[in-house]
Amino acid sequence: MKYVDEFRDGALAQNLTDSIALQAQQSRTYRLMEFCGGHTHALSRYGLLGILPANVQMIHGPGCPVCVLPIGRVDLAIRLAMEKDVILCSYGDCLRVPASDQMSLLKAKARGGDVRMVYSALDALKIAMNNPARQVVFFAIGFETTTPPTASIIRQARANGLTNFSVLCNHVLTLPAMEAILTQPGGVPLQGLVGPAHVSTVIGSQPYQYIAKRFNKPIVISGFEPLDLLQGILMLLRQVNENRAEVENEFTRAVTLAGNRKAQALVDEVFEVRDSFEWRGLGSLPFSGLKIRVAFAEFDAELRYPDLIYTNVPDHKACECGAILRGEKRPQDCKIFGTICTPDNPIGSCMVSSEGACAAHYTYGRFSEVKWAL
Amino acid sequence: MCLAIPACIVELLPDDMARIELDGVRKEISLSLIQGARVGDYVIVHVGYALQLLDPEEAAQTLALFAELANQT
Ligand code: SF4
Repeated sequence: MKYVDEFRDGALAQNLTDSIALQAQQSRTYRLMEFCGGHTHALSRYGLLGILPANVQMIHGPGCPVCVLPIGRVDLAIRLAMEKDVILCSYGDCLRVPASDQMSLLKAKARGGDVRMVYSALDALKIAMNNPARQVVFFAIGFETTTPPTASIIRQARANGLTNFSVLCNHVLTLPAMEAILTQPGGVPLQGLVGPAHVSTVIGSQPYQYIAKRFNKPIVISGFEPLDLLQGILMLLRQVNENRAEVENEFTRAVTLAGNRKAQALVDEVFEVRDSFEWRGLGSLPFSGLKIRVAFAEFDAELRYPDLIYTNVPDHKACECGAILRGEKRPQDCKIFGTICTPDNPIGSCMVSSEGACAAHYTYGRFSEVKWAL
Repeated sequence: MCLAIPACIVELLPDDMARIELDGVRKEISLSLIQGARVGDYVIVHVGYALQLLDPEEAAQTLALFAELANQT
């Protein structure tokens, strides 16, 4: 596959790991956070954690959309399906996220709720067009990558005069979460961050400059293929060694300084920033989520169903997702990892999506630990 | 959800849609978020939408970077 295979080449990977080994100074520890769940997944999947020098440590960040969704928001979707008799459309990953009372959207479906998995936001719109007698709600989640598609279908719903379609908006913003990670008291000291790939195709590399300056941390936006990640890590090591804190872009084949302006304009037309939004693990963060603008109020499920009020629900007692999402703990630090909590029976959200730290470690990483123990 | 790989546009369709090919599988996606995509271009597809066009020259330059010798670092 073009643009895939060449970015997974073994000989080049060896070359990059040699460069990383030369660049990593013995006297230092490099703690680097990969913000995005796509990178967490790739690090585990391609065994990159095992080939990095011991003093280059990757800390998993909160950039997994399903993982940061708090239980209370999933509860709202379940109530829509069970009490309001709507057709509730959601991306597949959301269906298994554990909610209150041992429920999930999947269990709601088994109990008769009309819950439908969609691959694309566009599919949700089509379901609404094909079912004019039913109310259809799209449970919209994700960072800046999934927001433009949601904006697009809201605009299309308006253009088509739909009156049976609304969106339960849970879209969140990358930069406020990065700031939260870098300001939390007692947080892990980080030497640099790997910036997200696809989010940056939309927002561009420019917005990160403020973070790099304010916190004096290097940020390297990197692609999702293994060689991209290794190159991104190498660029971060160079910056740390040279005492630089700049925004660099490894993923220039898809990320520009300004990003995708057409998508940005669309998002801006349909959404505005919420005063605050609750994240799993990070708590309520100011100006960190989006809501639908008043001009599109008829498509806002939170206004259409005003008795749906978000309430905060604590995570399962044993689940360490919160600390993992803040980069303070690793999946293997959780007492029920891989025993009670598995991808088939997830107790926390980090075990659900393949981008979640616990799911990535369960699928690809857990056997590599055995070697170390011997 | 964020895992996506570049796909090649094989046909432009009405309503800003396109047919793409991904490892032998064909699929319809929306081009409404980007501008100027043509048949033969590679795009990054995410939840059924092309998010960005891939720049072939930049891709070649990045690959060349990977090949820089370790002792030059
Ligand atoms: S293993 Fe399961 S319970 Fe433990 S932190 Fe991960 S998701 Fe939560």
